[in-house]
Amino acid sequence: MEELLSILREIHPDVDFETCNTLIDDQILDSIDIVTLVAEISDAFDVEVPPEALVPENFNSAKALWEMIQQLDEA
Amino acid sequence: MKKTILTAALWCCIGGAALYFLNALFMPKYMSEVPEGALIAEYYQEETGHDVIFIGDCEVYENFSPDLLWREYGITSYIRGSAQQLIWQSYYLMEETLKYETPKVMVFNVLSMKYGQPQSEAYNRLNLDGMKLSRQKLAAVRASMTEEESFLSYLFPLLRFHDRWGELTGEDVKYLFHRDMVSDSGYLMNVQVRPAENVPPGKPLANYDFAPVCWDYLDRMADLCQEYGVQLVLIKAPSLYPYWYDQWEEQIKDYAARRGLPYLNFLKLTEELGIDFNTDTYDSGLHLNLYGAEKLSRGFGTWLTQNCPVEDRRGQEPYEAVWQEKSAVYAARKERLEAEWNELNEGGSS
Amino acid sequence: MSFASTQFLAFFGVLFLLYYTLPRRFQWKLLLVGSLFFYSFAGWWCLIYIGVTTVTTWFTARRMAALAREQDAWLKEHRAELSKEERKTRKAQDKRVRFRWLLGCLLLNFGILAVVKYTNFVLSNISGVLALFGGGTLPIFSLVLPMGISFYTFQAMGYLIDVYWGKCPAEGSLGKFALFVTFFPQLIQGPISRFGDLSPTLYEEHPWNGRQIAMGGERILWGLAKKLIVADRLAIPLRTLVADPEQYSGVYVLAVIFLYAVQLYADFTGGIDITIGAAQMLGVQVTENFIRPFFSKNVAEYWRRWHITMGTWFRDYLFYPMSVSKPILKLHQRCRNRFGRFGKHVSVHTCSLILWFVTGIWHGASWNFIVWGMLNGIVIIISQELEPLYDKFHARFPRLRGSRGWDLVQILRTFWLMGAIRVLDVYRDVPLTFRQLGTVVTSLRPQALWDGSFLELGIGAGDWLVAAVGAGAMLVCSLLGRREPVRQRLTREHPQLAWAGCTALVLLIVIFGVYGIGFDAAQFIYNQF
Repeated sequence: MEELLSILREIHPDVDFETCNTLIDDQILDSIDIVTLVAEISDAFDVEVPPEALVPENFNSAKALWEMIQQLDEA
Repeated sequence: MKKTILTAALWCCIGGAALYFLNALFMPKYMSEVPEGALIAEYYQEETGHDVIFIGDCEVYENFSPDLLWREYGITSYIRGSAQQLIWQSYYLMEETLKYETPKVMVFNVLSMKYGQPQSEAYNRLNLDGMKLSRQKLAAVRASMTEEESFLSYLFPLLRFHDRWGELTGEDVKYLFHRDMVSDSGYLMNVQVRPAENVPPGKPLANYDFAPVCWDYLDRMADLCQEYGVQLVLIKAPSLYPYWYDQWEEQIKDYAARRGLPYLNFLKLTEELGIDFNTDTYDSGLHLNLYGAEKLSRGFGTWLTQNCPVEDRRGQEPYEAVWQEKSAVYAARKERLEAEWNELNEGGSS
Repeated sequence: MSFASTQFLAFFGVLFLLYYTLPRRFQWKLLLVGSLFFYSFAGWWCLIYIGVTTVTTWFTARRMAALAREQDAWLKEHRAELSKEERKTRKAQDKRVRFRWLLGCLLLNFGILAVVKYTNFVLSNISGVLALFGGGTLPIFSLVLPMGISFYTFQAMGYLIDVYWGKCPAEGSLGKFALFVTFFPQLIQGPISRFGDLSPTLYEEHPWNGRQIAMGGERILWGLAKKLIVADRLAIPLRTLVADPEQYSGVYVLAVIFLYAVQLYADFTGGIDITIGAAQMLGVQVTENFIRPFFSKNVAEYWRRWHITMGTWFRDYLFYPMSVSKPILKLHQRCRNRFGRFGKHVSVHTCSLILWFVTGIWHGASWNFIVWGMLNGIVIIISQELEPLYDKFHARFPRLRGSRGWDLVQILRTFWLMGAIRVLDVYRDVPLTFRQLGTVVTSLRPQALWDGSFLELGIGAGDWLVAAVGAGAMLVCSLLGRREPVRQRLTREHPQLAWAGCTALVLLIVIFGVYGIGFDAAQFIYNQF
């Protein structure tokens, strides 16, 4: 989780990712941020993020992201 | 729910009323400009029937004077003419007229035999918009429409004339719901004089045969008149131009003989009629002026009296009263137009 | 059949009456019949194209869904016997089987689109190259584009991919699926709907809902007014300006930028208003396609607010899958390790450029559209890369950010920038467009603005005034409708005023609409895309 937060902070240093849960709905992350994020995540956690996972529900908060990563690892 | 329906109905009525009003406002009035456009509608104001009905293009409404026919022969007549009236328009006007009255004689000018296709949107509007809504009007519209026209715009002319919003004038307001009479029993008077000089000879045509569709409508006219017991008379008015070819003359003569119809080509009778193209035309031979029209009418009146079952209705009521009033209007118009023309001429020469 | 035609009004009127008088279980069937009837107006042969797309997509989706069911069942049954690794391999294998079906169907349908839309473009370019080496020219085929093919192909393929991803179920009924593809209000110019968004209200039974129907009707009127009064009126001077670029350079090019922005917006959103309004009158909810795009403060934002369903389609079905694909991820790793901060963006920017190339060529088979797309992509990338610079700038002038004046500057900048790129639509070719834009700098000659030259472009002062008032009304409604559409508020708070407004709108359209003799209602701009 810490690792994920540091990736997020690198993309947007000015956002409080621990509490924010409207990252997509409030357009804090745009599509370019999302694909950058996916690239970093797949690298850092060695998971394959399929395109169908790129939906707002998975990217609205750090927590949702973390859950997605776990699930992908689980498979 | 009930309230909503009521509100909707109310607003539909308001919208409908507004559209009706706008339609009246946007229709061209044809009063001071292009009075030809007002001709067709004036017929509906006639109070008494007629023994003779003229049908055709400018060669009838510029060349015959019903008032003279009344004054000198007691013949009651009306001209259902309009600008470049095409033969199918003539046919449906004939059919429509027979709904209102059954004259003794129908006179058709054959020049429009030369047009086998819809010609121009502008003339269509002049000739058709004045007709009251009827089966005949719709059929005439269908037969006349050029490619870019829409049928709907004849039912709702606002759809055609809506772009006049930039050119509305006081006249459009003044004549919202009524019109002045521009004609005398369908005759559009003109007293100007412009002698015919250098009338161009007709250019040779590739094909002198009239179109089948024209023959068809001419047949239908003849059939229709037969059905109603009306004498159909074919004429060619003495206009020097558009050129009337000998080949056309032959075809019409043959046709008239075959169907047993009288056919008078006044172009060949100008001397007998006493028409002088130096004084009797207002546009160098295209149309006769008042003096020419009266000469032509005098000659035709004689022929009608001798050859057709027309009556001298002078002294008969209600005709006497109606035509006296018409004559007064005619005389006043003549006086006014002559005064205007003289003034113009004097102004021009000084 | 154009939306702004009496034909369409008559068609829709009859359909609407039947829709609410027939038993409700027939409603969706009636919509299908109506849609096919509507589409057949474009030519019966178009039905063959759309038929092929419908049937192949429906069948493939069902096949993929059936496969997925079987594979899941097998996995469930054998779960205990398999290790985690084995399960993963098995799943990947299964996915590959489904992917083959997906790929086949995608290739077929995009293949059809590519052939009818791009054959001649490719051939003429090859001929051009051959000519350089003295070769002959290739023949040009007379392929007529089936109406709306770009839109319905995208809509159908979006559905197919969604089924492959398991995002939505495969529709069992061929009739229902055919309705999704052919639904007439959105058939010719979008929006490109997602199955998950459209299908619930599309197949439902709809009782009479006076409020929805009134709202839909109002929206149709508004759309017609935008199109017939503003768009079609401005199209006249635009045609003049574009037809003779030599004469109309300098300040006229600025006029083209501005007028085309207003004209295209009025035309396209007017069409979409009619689409959404007509669907709403039938109880069907269609996704919004525009959110006041001209108030965007940068190009990326503009594309989130203009033709939204197209943008999200490209994002979800092209940009995302491409960005998370293995080659791109590899590229990302390599560049990040080598070039640092900028390197991180290389892969994303590559994807962006591909995305914009495809978006460009989707709009039309010409170099104009390709260059148009690439310019959009480049502008977005540049503004992305300049962000640190902006931050520095704002750190120096902290009061600027968020102030109204600065917002306005950004809005105007975006409007004119997008406008300048957009005129690639209207000029004959790419070099001409850039020459024209160049004349703004080299020979502006602004006096044409006030010496009456604009009155000689095909419309008079009265028409300019009508267009200006119309565009002004659109702007005011846009501003007032930020929270809630003006129509909706009016209908709720002053119902009589709403009625009066609609009646007035009808009269205004009848009088000031540009239609009738000498004017053939210009087809909606997006039809052929």
